[in-house]
Order: sequence, then C-alpha cells, then structure tokens
Amino acid sequence: MITLTVNGRAVEVDDSDPSTPLLWVLRDTLDLVGTKYGCGVGQCGACTVHINNVPMRSCSTPISAAAGQRITTIEGLAKDDGTLTAVQKAWIDLDVAQCGYCQAGQIMTATALLRKNPKPTDEQINTAMFGNLCRCGTYIRIKQAINAASESIAKGGVA
Amino acid sequence: MNAPFISADAYFTDVMREIGALPMPERTQLSRRSILKIGVAGGAGLVLAFQIGGAGKAMAAAPPVKGEFVPNAFLRVAPSGRILIYSKSPEIGQGIKTAFPLIIAEELDAAWTDVDIEQAPINPAVYGRQSAGGSRSIPQSWDQLRQAGAAARAMLVSAAAKDLRVPVSELTTADSEVIHQASGRKIGYGDLAIKAAAQPVPDVKALKLKTRDQYKLIGRSFGGVDNAGIVTGKPLYGIDLKIPGMVYATYTKCPAVGGKVASANLDAIKKLPGVKDAFVLEGNGLVAELMPGVAILADSTWAAFRAKSALQVKWDESDASKDSWSATVAKAKDLAGRNGNEEIVKTGDFDGAYKGAVKKVEAFYSYPFVAHATMEPMNCTAHFKGDSAEIWAGTQTPERILSSTAKMLGLAENKVTVHQIRAGGGFGRRLVNDYAAEAIAISKQAGGIPVKLTWTREDDMAHDFFRPGGFHSFKAGLDANGKMVALSDHFITFTADGKAPVTGGNIPKEEFPFPMMTDAVLTQTMLPLMTPTGAWRAPRSNTNAFAFQSFLHEVSAAAGRDHVEFLLELLGEARWLVPGNDGALNTGRAAGVIKLAAEKAGWGRSLPKGRGLGMAFYFSHAGHFAETAEVSVDANNKVTVHKVIVVGDIGPIINMSSSINQTEGAVIDGISTMNLELSIEKGRIGEGNFDEYPIMRITGIPEVETHFIQSEYAPTGLGEPALPPVAPAVANAVFMATGKRIRQMPFFKALSTQASA
Repeated sequence: MITLTVNGRAVEVDDSDPSTPLLWVLRDTLDLVGTKYGCGVGQCGACTVHINNVPMRSCSTPISAAAGQRITTIEGLAKDDGTLTAVQKAWIDLDVAQCGYCQAGQIMTATALLRKNPKPTDEQINTAMFGNLCRCGTYIRIKQAINAASESIAKGGVA
Repeated sequence: MNAPFISADAYFTDVMREIGALPMPERTQLSRRSILKIGVAGGAGLVLAFQIGGAGKAMAAAPPVKGEFVPNAFLRVAPSGRILIYSKSPEIGQGIKTAFPLIIAEELDAAWTDVDIEQAPINPAVYGRQSAGGSRSIPQSWDQLRQAGAAARAMLVSAAAKDLRVPVSELTTADSEVIHQASGRKIGYGDLAIKAAAQPVPDVKALKLKTRDQYKLIGRSFGGVDNAGIVTGKPLYGIDLKIPGMVYATYTKCPAVGGKVASANLDAIKKLPGVKDAFVLEGNGLVAELMPGVAILADSTWAAFRAKSALQVKWDESDASKDSWSATVAKAKDLAGRNGNEEIVKTGDFDGAYKGAVKKVEAFYSYPFVAHATMEPMNCTAHFKGDSAEIWAGTQTPERILSSTAKMLGLAENKVTVHQIRAGGGFGRRLVNDYAAEAIAISKQAGGIPVKLTWTREDDMAHDFFRPGGFHSFKAGLDANGKMVALSDHFITFTADGKAPVTGGNIPKEEFPFPMMTDAVLTQTMLPLMTPTGAWRAPRSNTNAFAFQSFLHEVSAAAGRDHVEFLLELLGEARWLVPGNDGALNTGRAAGVIKLAAEKAGWGRSLPKGRGLGMAFYFSHAGHFAETAEVSVDANNKVTVHKVIVVGDIGPIINMSSSINQTEGAVIDGISTMNLELSIEKGRIGEGNFDEYPIMRITGIPEVETHFIQSEYAPTGLGEPALPPVAPAVANAVFMATGKRIRQMPFFKALSTQASA
C-alpha cells in the first residue's frame, strides 16, 4: 500500500501496479469522479488535478509519482463549509458550461494560473489554458470567467 | 449490393422521423406509428389532454406524498412551497434541462428560486418525445410544456378562489403566489397544494396561455441548473456512475467495420491482474446496435484498459469494410466533369441557359469525413436481471434504448428501465446507442452482473458514426446584368444500401438557391460505402452550406457584384418557400438576418490590406442565420479569424445566456471543424486520439457577437442552425483578403496548395 494525500486527507491505496494512473485511483477507488477521463494521453486536460499546487494530468501521473505529494481535486477546491473559490463562483456567474465535462479540468488549470499570477494577460491565459480542450467551444466564457475571477481576487476573493 | 451487415441508415431515418428532425417535405410522409409517437409534439389535443389532464396523477413521475399537488407528470408542488419540475429530455450541453423547466415555470408563474429540477423518467407514453436531436426539442415541446404549467396554475387559482371566496377573475399570480389585488391578500402555492390537488383538471382548450409581453422568465438569462454541481465535481455524467456489485468493462471491435473475431488471446487476458472475465460477443449484425467484438471485465477501469492493451485479436475481415478515402477522392475528381446518373432537381433548360451565358463559373468542392469526438467517451452502465433490464446512459435517444433493448433481449418494454443521465457532449453521436447495446449484452453474457462499459478515446474515434465527406461540381452562368441565370451541381456522395445516400450525405431538392432558379439541374452520384455515417451537428447542412455559400460568393464575385445585394436579389420578395409550412425557408426572415448582419459588420467599409470580410447565409433546422467573418491571412497562409457576427432568427429566445453560449460554441465548432479531417484506408480510421485529431484550443478563438431577431413566430431550436454558415463566411473572407478561393476542407490544406493570386 502507498499513501496518497488527497484534498488534505491521507488515504492508503493498493500499489500492486505502481504505474496505475492517479486518475483511475481517484475515480474508481476514492469515488472522486469530478476528475474526468477524456483521452488518457495528456492531450485534453479533462483529468487535471493539482499536485503540490501545480496543475498535472492525472491520466499520465502514475500513483508511484503521486505518493507523498499534496493532491487537490475539483472536490477539494471549496472550503469545508461549501464556500466556493473565486474561480468556481465566476464559472457559475458567467454560466460557462455547456456539456460541462471538461470544466473541472479547466477550473483546476485556471485556479493554478490565478494563484501564481492573479492578473494574467490574454497571452498568459492562452498559454496556461492551451492544454485544456473544450469540444463545446466555451473558450470565450472561460476567458471571461478567468478575468472575472481575477477582478474578484483583486478585491479580496480567494482563488 | 448485399451488405454482410446492416448500416445505421435505416435506424437514423426512423429516429429522425420520430424526433421530427426531417425537413418538412419529408416529414409529411410519416408512418402512422410515428404520428402516434409524436402526436403530442404535433399538438394533438387529445393526447395532450390525456397527459396533462385527468389521468395525469396516475402518470406522475412518482406517487405524490401527503399534501403534495401533482397536477401532471411535469411538476409537483410541495406544501413547503418547493416546486419540482421534471425536464423530460436529455441534457447534452444544449441547455434543455434549464430551458424546458423555464417554459413550465413561466406559465405556472413560479418564482425561479422556488424551483428544483430533475430529469424525468423515460416513458414516452407519458411524456411524448424524449429525445435530443434535430434542434427540435423546443419547437416540439413548446405547447405541451406551456400547457402543463398553465393547467397547474389554473388549479392553484381555483383553489385560492374557493379559499378566499372570491371569483377566479379577481385573482392574479406572480412569484409562486396567488394574489387578490382588491384585498391585498396573497396565498403561496405551497399553502394551496392540498386544495389544488382536489380541483378538477382544466380542459386544455380552455387554458389561457401568456402573451409574450407577459413573460417574466422567458427571454432572460439563467445559469444552467447543474452549474453548481459541475464546478464542484459532482457525479453528474454516465461515466461517473457506480452501482453495487458493478464490474468495469471494455469492448474491442474490429477497426474495419464488419470484421469478426477469428481468434483472441482470451486465456492470457483472463490471467491478467484485476481481470474477472473475457469473452467474445457475436453481435446481431446491426451497426447501430451490436457488432462483433471482445469484452473484458475487470475490477477497475484501469485494469480493464490495461488488459485491453494486451488483447490480441485476429480479425476475419472477409466481410469487413475496405473503404479508402484517397481512392474515393480520385474517383470523385474523375466523375466531376459529368452529370450524375440521378436527377434531384431539373427545372427549365440548364444547358441552353448555360450556353447563352455571358460569363461562366465552374468549381469543384470537397470535404472529408470528421468525427464527433465528444469530450465524454461513449459509456453505459447496464444490468441484465433475467426478466428485466436496467440501463443508465448519457444518450440523445433514451426511448430508443428502451425499445431496442426490449427487442434485443426479448423483453416487454415495461421490463426495461432507462435512466437518462447528463451527457458530456452529443453533437449527434449519442443519437445511436450502440454502446448501450454492448453494455447490456455484456451484462447478459457475464451472467447478469451489472457492468459499466467505458470506451477508450481510441475506441471512440474508431467507432463513430462519422460525418460523411462529399464533393460538389458546380457550374453557373451569368447574363449581361450579372444575374445568375443557370446553375448546376453534380453532387457526389455515398450509399450503404445502393438506394439512398448515407445519413448526413444527402441534398434536398429545396436546397437554396435551386427553388429560385428558372434553369437549373442538380444530379447525384452515390459511391459505395461501408464506413458508418450519422448525424453530425446540422447533418448535411454543415457541408452543403460550405459548398453552396462559397460557390455563390464565387458567382457574385465573378459578376463583380456586392455579395449581400446578390443574395438579397436571389431571395426575392418575402414569402414562405413552401406555403403553409413554417418549418421552411422564409425569404423575408432570411433577408432580415442578412441585412442586420451586414449592418452590424459595417459591410462595405474599407479594410486594411490583408484583411477580408466575408458573409454567408444558411437556413437549416427552421433557423435563419447570416454570419460575417473578418479574417487576416499571414505569409504562411495561416488564417486568423478576428471576429464573427451572428444574426439568427429562431423566434423568441427562451434562455438568453445559454443561447449566446450555444451560438459562440457553434462558431468555434465551425472554425475548428473546417480544419479537421479523418483518413480512411483499408476500412480503418487513421486517427486515434486528440494529438492526431486536433480540435480547436483556446488560442486563436475569434470575438463573437450574437444578435437574435426575436420574430413573432413560435420558437425553434438552436443546437444546430448557427453552425453551417461559419465555414463559408470564413472562406469568403479569405477570398476577400487574399484572392485565394478555398474549395476544400480542411482549409489549411486548401491554402497551402494554392499559389498566391
């Protein structure tokens, strides 16, 4: 067994296959299904989680590499009392989602961006979000929501 | 020809009929069974009365609890004042789970904050059409949903009248309350629930629906009802499902459709860690249901995927597809010069008019196969229980799973339960439920254990119902005044059965501008095809629009005329193209969107060198859309789309926020797809994942400005009609910027092979 720290909670998981992608342990073992399978090869970003605050593709991260690291999933963004982050709120306010399947990954990438760079330029948004596909084409609202969250953070909101 | 398996075309024809997605002239030839099935949607008063009327209580989605008011299957009012509304059709990203309840809540006069929403159970006998397709959900449910809300409101008002001892005529409603203005008294819907339940159900014909000026909800912006769940990662999608005792499955089919399993290393697979079972399914020969393959069952998705990668299957491909796209292209080019052997339109004397033309324009257009590539790969959870079956699926046609599963398993339809679950994208892919048929067949063969089948991305790319490619060979003649006096198109498409074009690969005789022409001919050649095709967002329209609206611009440019003026002249006076058919092209509405798009885009203004403004109009799915694109092209032929202006007339808008989102998505989908292609050789799709099928990313997206002309007609759908004009608007703009004419998708290939003009 190895220990994963997911959303602040330490959990023991089977490591008989240490190459198992973190994605499937999150989804099938820990029932954290907000992190999505889209391509399995790090191309679409639907499986994005934070590992030590860095956005990573959980489909391409073996559990052996995730052990001992701080892992945050979409379920772990809001506070325990349910208070949403500025990014989550902006995604609701701007009504970003269409099918919504890619949005957990989009939100995780955007959150990591804004924590590092609370006032990104359009270019910096493009660079940060380049790895996250949205088949519905909600990119316009994704950008609007990132900018709205950025403004909210400037006024004291939590990324 | 004698296909060794049955293509999905017959399935699609049936489905499109049932969901009312066929264009009107074809829709009038409905079978009796189809008429019965869509009776509600067609506004058949009796059926509707039955559904929202006296029998409603018996038909409620769940039995009422004490004190609850359940006037019909669409809503229930609890004594607490909470109002539960059932959205009857699948949510695939088009926003219907929010739009349908908004329509009911409007007529109920409910406060939106009092409303909770759930998906309705699948029961077409109660709900009528429960599909998502053809942009038909809104137009086909508009009357039904409004009447369901209005009937409930009338009963609440009657109950309040008794309570307050005043005539109904003195009562009004607002924000989930009945109000007696004269005395200032108000009663909340929750407090009326018990008494309303005792009121007689009103006659549908007596219901007074709101007029548009009375709307409080319809037309405003509302966030999607699942937004909070989406941003917190709640288990909303089929792929998120977990039921007790469930095992995880994969299914591997022959990469060339029609191939059968000759042998497979099943013994080795069964020994792999986590694998519980592996076996061959023979299939039932229907591409839309169950084709042969190998199922692997495991204790996790990863164990199943890992085992799948070790699976070795020897395919018997004697009956399998040998389709080749490169051979098809060569053949089409060869055929282009002549007429097709089948005549679709022949009006007047094209040959004579063309011969006499002062100027002639000829062009050959082509576009390839593309995939749906929804973000959520196909998946389904199914449990075969011997004498019954239960299925959970993200699908566009849940009632079809009901009927096809019952047939496949030899069960009565009431022994099959289907749960509709939010789908991570549809675009027409989930009109076919092959993955559901696979899941239930695997559950059955495994001995009746519940199974969640998940396709890999590579499965999803390989086994789609693709948008077919196609070819148009055009000729047009102009007279001395620059008027188009002759038009011909030789349309080269595909057929699976040798009789009719494949799904998504046809052209109707009403295709604009044929009905406007005096001397025109449209012929067709059908090449044999085994590769499955299907309905890809605005099927046939998304490709025909590119070819026709680009060629029309070639003609107006050759005539030296302004394209907007040329289009308006072609449309002529305002009229319905098929009189009495409000699903047909209305030239007045068409002219309206074209004029407004031109105005908003500053049509005719001078642009910097290297920039161009293009315009395209297209009518599909009862929606009239004109779009302009402003582009620039750099020295490496890279096209940048700066801004797209969309003007649509689909009648009144239900939810403004989701309508704008849907339109922006259609524009980005259009730009994305004009640069995509699939290669097909030896019956196999060459592309496996997003690295080989690069759908558009966040970089390079244009500004999109959306305008709706909210005309007085009944509302129609928006999932599709904003998409078809995008590609020709961009292609026309590229011509204006560079003088280079794009006649081929993917666009980047068309430009890279063209010398500067």
